[in-house]
Amino acid sequence: MIAAPIAALGLFGDAFNFVFTPQEAEGGGVMVGGLDQVGELAAKQLEVTVLALGVALVLALPVGLLLGHYGKGEFVAVSAGNAGRAIPELALIALMAAAVGVGLFNLVVALAILGIPPILTNTFVGIKQVDRSSVEAAKGMGMTNREIMTKVELPLAVPTIMGGVRTASINIIATATIAPLAGILTLGDFIISRNVYGDAGVLAGAILVALMAITIECLLAGVQWALTSRGIKLQRAA
Amino acid sequence: MNELLLPIAEVSGDFFKDRSGGGCIQDNKLFCPGWVADNYDRYVDPTLQHLVLVLSSVAAGFLIAFALAILAHRHRWLSSPFLAGTGILYTIPSISFFFLLLPITGRGQLTAIIALTAFTLQIIFRNITTGLRNVPPNVTEAARGVGLTSQQMLWRVELPLALPEIVAGLRIATVSTVALATLAVFANGGGLGAEIIVGSNITFKTGIIVAGGIAVIMAILFDGLILLAGKLLTPWERAAL
Amino acid sequence: MSSTKLKYLLVLSICAMLAFGLAACGSDDSDDGDSGSGNSSSAELIQSNPDNESVDLTIGSKNFTEQIVLGEIYAQGLEAAGYSVDTDLNLGSETIALAALKKGEISGYPEYVSTALTSFYDAAPEDVPADAQEAFTKVQADLKKDGLVAFPPTPFASANAVGLLTSKAEELGVTKISDLEGKSQDLTLYGSPECRQRIDCLVGLNENYGLEFKSFTPVDIGLRYEVLDKGQADLSILFTTDAQLGASDKYTILEDDKGVLPAGNVVFLTEQKTIDEAGPDYQATIEKVQSGLTEKVMQELDARVDIDKEDPAAVAADYLKASGYTE
Repeated sequence: MIAAPIAALGLFGDAFNFVFTPQEAEGGGVMVGGLDQVGELAAKQLEVTVLALGVALVLALPVGLLLGHYGKGEFVAVSAGNAGRAIPELALIALMAAAVGVGLFNLVVALAILGIPPILTNTFVGIKQVDRSSVEAAKGMGMTNREIMTKVELPLAVPTIMGGVRTASINIIATATIAPLAGILTLGDFIISRNVYGDAGVLAGAILVALMAITIECLLAGVQWALTSRGIKLQRAA
Repeated sequence: MNELLLPIAEVSGDFFKDRSGGGCIQDNKLFCPGWVADNYDRYVDPTLQHLVLVLSSVAAGFLIAFALAILAHRHRWLSSPFLAGTGILYTIPSISFFFLLLPITGRGQLTAIIALTAFTLQIIFRNITTGLRNVPPNVTEAARGVGLTSQQMLWRVELPLALPEIVAGLRIATVSTVALATLAVFANGGGLGAEIIVGSNITFKTGIIVAGGIAVIMAILFDGLILLAGKLLTPWERAAL
Repeated sequence: MSSTKLKYLLVLSICAMLAFGLAACGSDDSDDGDSGSGNSSSAELIQSNPDNESVDLTIGSKNFTEQIVLGEIYAQGLEAAGYSVDTDLNLGSETIALAALKKGEISGYPEYVSTALTSFYDAAPEDVPADAQEAFTKVQADLKKDGLVAFPPTPFASANAVGLLTSKAEELGVTKISDLEGKSQDLTLYGSPECRQRIDCLVGLNENYGLEFKSFTPVDIGLRYEVLDKGQADLSILFTTDAQLGASDKYTILEDDKGVLPAGNVVFLTEQKTIDEAGPDYQATIEKVQSGLTEKVMQELDARVDIDKEDPAAVAADYLKASGYTE
């Protein structure tokens, strides 16, 4: 009864060791762990996440912006969000690997598919919900559609849009963790290949993935804070 | 090749099938309807396990988030820490969570349910809190004027008015949980994930599509059911139309 | 109580009932192995012993088809004998499974004698006896020191093998592994992650055959034929009992002329204390249900899962029924 928590503490210690010192694998023969390997896999996870998020932003943001501005395609934009949530990531990665093939390109496409719905929906909703009077005022001032979108609607919709970007990044990071199933070795490999890395490696991997996810979230929160105009910040605090 | 050490019990000769014909399954085509018709019952148990995972997690998540939201409603200063706390749980990928729990709860359904519950907390908590906060102040003033206590106001006025928001949160949480529960296989928690990655399933296109398809259909059904329940519970919204 | 509160309670209780109802349904294993009644005269039929009900067993397995089928066969057989059985199949490699066994997470799992000797007890491939009885005695002696026991072996044995597409084999002109000398440095090899550390896998190929490969890529065991099909791998580590080898001529395995990849029968590994707790039916049932597993039968069962894509649990159930162990 008492043994389990104490054993757990020991395992955390092993996991900590795993991250910093390369050690021999469970059955011998191959070196695992250590900062080099951790860094390599972490960099891969980061690379894949950033690429996918970038692709998703490039595709979803303009579409959401246009649809929201002209008030068209509400059903599509909102349903995309619901539909995207329902996609089981495991099935998507497995199907992609089985039907299309493994490789970085395919993986990034699959991850982008998961990232587009929240960004699209949130951009659409955010733009559409911008106070009409602001838009009217801008029109009155003689701004073109493009100017209205970029100078009025987008800045006002930043909180909602960033909410979508953060949701998208959570989905993408979570799925990038199971990318080893598709042949791209990310931090998730420590978790999935228990064979090689052992229990210490698995725990280390779990902790590292969690840390990376939280760090990226904090970063995006910071970006959101930086992009949100002062007026909205004051309005929200009130 | 090796010595036989035990008395042999034989299966009959017709136990062995002839596979020289080839066919949709042997070629691993994208989707083989014939196979699905013959083999759909292998998906019954995983689907039931999946349902248990989803219902337990969402129910537990709702109860906990509800309690947290009521507390935060009474003591406003609690909302930020609660939001941050549930936010961390939401950010950590579920598969990571399974293995963080491993030293404590081991492998099994419970570990999977705990991790899935943790994921739903922020969504539901945030929606309940927003819903409660969006109750127009003139309504709460009127309620107080009529002599309702805080307790009564919460249950008879604020919560009912917050229902649409709460229902929306439940819908999002449930749909997400259905998709996420496929990962429970990594914690030996059962569910449809087993049909996607265990053994030779990982290359089996038709099988992956069926398992993934069941999950998607389940998500859509739950989404509709909760929406319907929400509409039933808020007759005044319909009357207002 | 207001009508709204009533509606809340109604919806909540329906949800709760659904959840509990499904939990009851879901955990209720389709228990068709519970014989008990003696209307079958076959001596092979497993009798359910009520004394076994209080014994909880968890059957594990490694992470590929043959192992999962074996795990299911053992689990269903033990359940028919009246035990309360859980499964934790698809654990991982032999080191993971052994660790789970030693930690008490599982009661037992099926292991290949050759793997046990080479991976757990550092035997050299040439020290693995070719005779199944000898190998069994040898591994029993080693296991005893760890408090583990191996039940008597299955009729069939399996081994790792270096495989490739037949067309490629003809192109390279190779029939045995040593033919790869001088050619292997241009060939890619794919295998399981643990292959890199096993003497009856990559390590043996490197050291005992002196072969260097262009690259070794670790992949999930379930993908071992896929990587050949997709042209990603020139060589792949296969198993001699694989169904895919028997189904067509598409794949060839190279002859292990230096005896680096020894074959091993399957033995059920368990702890002595589990045996003491579980009673005589434990070993008796295991020995019974595996006695029909010749190489031909095991390949057929593997084929049903890998080629026909049937559910491993259903395949195991069919085997038990066809052999007369359950009804």
